[in-house]
Amino acid sequence: MTYITKPAVRHPALEKNALGLTRRDYEGAMSTLCAGCGHDSITASIIQAFFELAIPPHRAAKLSGIGCSSKATAYFMNEAHGFNGVHGRMPAIATGANAANRDLVYIGISGDGDSLSIGLGQLCHAIRRNVNMLYVLENNGVYGLTKGQFSASADVGTVSKRGEVNRHGPIDPVSLALTVGATFVARSFSGDRKQLVPILKAGLTHRGFAIVDVISPCVTFNDHEGSTKSYAHTRTHSYEVVQTDFVPLMTEITAEQDRDDVTAVTMHDGSTVMFRSVAEDYDPTDRDAALSFLRASQAKGEVATGLLYLEDSSEDMHAFENTVDRPLVDVPFGDLCPGSATLEELQKEWR
Amino acid sequence: MANDDIDRANDFALKIGTVNGTGSTSANAMLMQVIFRMGVPVSGKNLFPSNIQGLPTWYEIRVNKHGHLARTPDFDVMVAMNAETYARDIEEVVSGGYVIYDSTHPLDEELMRDDVTFFGVPFAKMCLERFKGARVRILMKNIAYVGTLAALLDMDVDLIREMLAEKFASKPKLIDSNMQAISLGYDYARENFECPLPVRMEPMDATSDSVILTGNTAAALGCVYAGATVGAWYPITPATSIMDAFKEFCGRFRKDPETGKNLYCIVQAEDELAAIGIVIGASWCGARAFTNTSGPGLSLMNEFLGLAYYAEVPAVVFDVQRAGPSTGMPTRTQQGDLFTVVYASHGDTKHIALFPADPEECFYFAVSAFDIAERFQTPVFVVSDLDIGMNDWMVPRLEWDEDYTPDRGKVLTAKDLEAMEVFHRYEDVDGDGIPYRTLPGVHAKGAYFTRGSGHDRYGRYTEDTEAYKDVVDRIARKIESAAAAVPEPEVRMAIDAPFGLVTIGACRGAVLEALEQLEADDIEISYMRVRGFPFHPSVGQFINDHEITFVVEQNRDGQLLKLLTVETGASKDKMTSVKYYGGFSLSAHHVVQGVTEALERAGRVPAGKV
Ligand SMILES: Cc1ncc(C[n+]2csc(CCOP(=O)(O)OP(=O)(O)O)c2C)c(N)n1
Ligand code: SF4
Ligand SMILES: [Mg+2]
Repeated sequence: MTYITKPAVRHPALEKNALGLTRRDYEGAMSTLCAGCGHDSITASIIQAFFELAIPPHRAAKLSGIGCSSKATAYFMNEAHGFNGVHGRMPAIATGANAANRDLVYIGISGDGDSLSIGLGQLCHAIRRNVNMLYVLENNGVYGLTKGQFSASADVGTVSKRGEVNRHGPIDPVSLALTVGATFVARSFSGDRKQLVPILKAGLTHRGFAIVDVISPCVTFNDHEGSTKSYAHTRTHSYEVVQTDFVPLMTEITAEQDRDDVTAVTMHDGSTVMFRSVAEDYDPTDRDAALSFLRASQAKGEVATGLLYLEDSSEDMHAFENTVDRPLVDVPFGDLCPGSATLEELQKEWR
Repeated sequence: MANDDIDRANDFALKIGTVNGTGSTSANAMLMQVIFRMGVPVSGKNLFPSNIQGLPTWYEIRVNKHGHLARTPDFDVMVAMNAETYARDIEEVVSGGYVIYDSTHPLDEELMRDDVTFFGVPFAKMCLERFKGARVRILMKNIAYVGTLAALLDMDVDLIREMLAEKFASKPKLIDSNMQAISLGYDYARENFECPLPVRMEPMDATSDSVILTGNTAAALGCVYAGATVGAWYPITPATSIMDAFKEFCGRFRKDPETGKNLYCIVQAEDELAAIGIVIGASWCGARAFTNTSGPGLSLMNEFLGLAYYAEVPAVVFDVQRAGPSTGMPTRTQQGDLFTVVYASHGDTKHIALFPADPEECFYFAVSAFDIAERFQTPVFVVSDLDIGMNDWMVPRLEWDEDYTPDRGKVLTAKDLEAMEVFHRYEDVDGDGIPYRTLPGVHAKGAYFTRGSGHDRYGRYTEDTEAYKDVVDRIARKIESAAAAVPEPEVRMAIDAPFGLVTIGACRGAVLEALEQLEADDIEISYMRVRGFPFHPSVGQFINDHEITFVVEQNRDGQLLKLLTVETGASKDKMTSVKYYGGFSLSAHHVVQGVTEALERAGRVPAGKV
């Protein structure tokens, strides 16, 4: 996402951001999700990320499909337009919205059912088009809203609350995204706000499609023993491959950047993403390496997390389509309608 | 029928049978153009298979000085260039008609008919001798039949030369080779046959205010003129050429003068679900956006259409109908999507639809569709069909009103919002059923939550009976009120006629021609063509005012008749269905036959008639 923050006087004590807004200004309606639902923790991180980036709420648009996760768009940024679409089809709405107004900051919220079953095709194609947006996949391995059926991200051998065992291999959104050409791919855990917030901020700043797979336990249907998307399982099996820090354009870059094991990547708006690989030889700018590393860690039963892949020079949908730099909604009618003289001239070809 | 006694100048039909992919398109276009430039009304219908190369394909041309340009199945002249279909093609010629065939190979004696004149022209042989290269020879064989027809039908060869010079201005060599092919066919006919035939051309002056174009081209141009900036689609016959044409026009008229960048964005979606989703997203953000599709795609769009209806997001959908159900006959025409369109999606829905009859209306209705969609904040369908969309129609030259300003509907600006205390998305402030809307990014006060789940007038989620009904009842009122905004029916009243006829879309030409024929038999029928849905109040009145109303349409189930029954309250007993749904364009004889049979059944045929 590209947005230049306006410099403003800061009052750290009052916890105001560069726009002079407080965290409260980024909050939304009261959540109606179950207490302890991972999705609510993600919402808190999203609020933090927008707050820290000082994005004016009304310049953002929140889109989602259908599911408990998709409800979350209502729970942050009251001053942003929201769109709860139909199940699995948020990417299309986001594509159209972005085509019309490229200047807004788009965030899409989806679930593993929404994204990996009914909406799998739409997700893949939004990635291919490299629609400029942050796509948060709140992944709990089940269909929460329809009461706990397995989703396509459930691991083989996962036992449902009713005691059924899942036999179908999972679709891993991270491997999938890498395979179909995503330009920003990350994974995190709803309970790890320290890791998640910088990733979300980097994703919002990325020009192109930024997908973040967030393991987000469903306390009601998928937080028991035998689930691989429970809090306990995720805490013990997730493994941070790359530590990510995000330094917005307006912040002074600290000395950390000079450390040997840190790679800094400059984003389109001049912000910086800093990586420190924890895994040996992990290179978050090498797609093939990222894929083989992921496969290896999957085989070991580990869940690799962090900003796993970033292509900083990516071209988004508008670059592919060669659209004008200003939003199409701002082009005056006079520039769009060829007028009567042209019509007369054109029709000579049809005689 | 071709007959020496009757003057058949500028009143005949010809059909050309070729093979798909052999380049006959340009030969047929040339025929259309020369007839048109001779000032004579003409129409062309392309009958093509759902295939890319190698299957039979036909082109039908009707020349009619009275301007009757609907399809006629009575072919006076057949150009049979495809040996595979000789039998069928020869059979289709009227008694007394003419068959032109390639005599390079002799014609099977069994195919010969006594009541038809055969003109054998060695097209293949002549082209083999004159031209080099297999591809060129095949192409030129087709151009050569234009020459033969020019001689037999007395077409203006100088005009043809002029047309070629225009077309190939940058490739003068092609002018020469094409002209050579024309001469081959022309000279052979002049030397061997008595030219011209009784069916022939005579210069007229009936086309100077007209153009020839397809409905899909016209619809696309309408989108450009309406200021549409986002187009999303998934390829499907017969709708594809709308986006093809939109892209072409945008390439010419929609470049930013400073940067050369595009003032439009076309997204070829992964399927029709995505296509309509993209349109909804773009419209939600304030762009004029559209998609073009046909039956199968329309079926896929249903869920999203309900969302747009209920969440009140504008969208423009071009449905170019083809023969269903399912994949059906993709290259044949029909009007079978009426129900699907007006009641698309689950739950209580009803959609605004416009029904153009020809390319001219496709252009104007495309523009209206955007205005109506934005004014009523809902999907609007422009329902055409393969016949309108893909065939070559002669229509009055299109005009553009320079004073046109788009009706963007009730959209609040930042200034409006600044001055307001609170904004409620679904409140009926003006009492007309149409709420105010805001666009993302304009003002913090304008933010609201768009959802397809139950919501109240404030845009809040609800499962409360009254709050839910409040919104859906208002939407119903809103859509009903659109009856006054859609194009009014086209009406031609016959004085004191006991009978009425209601029709729709592309049936127009055949119906008007049929009514003339019936009138000649003293059967007077008043005519009405519905052009929009919800139906104008005058529609029900028209039916009630006549003893019997014939409802002429192109589908099996009489969808228009049923819609009229349900939506106008007119009595079903007063209506009689006249249907044709075989996949070809409607012809006058279908209507005359249907109407007279119905009159007979009702015991109402004037004595001595039929
Ligand atoms: C077309 C359609 N089919 C089925 C449903 C029912 N449905 C609602 S949410 C959902 C699954 C949601 O799962 P997920 O995206 O993982 O979200 P979660 O609730 O787990 O956060 C389903 C099947 C629907 N809304 N629409
Ligand atoms: S059912 Fe599961 S996913 Fe849904 S709100 Fe409850 S905990 Fe969250
Ligand atoms: Mg889920």
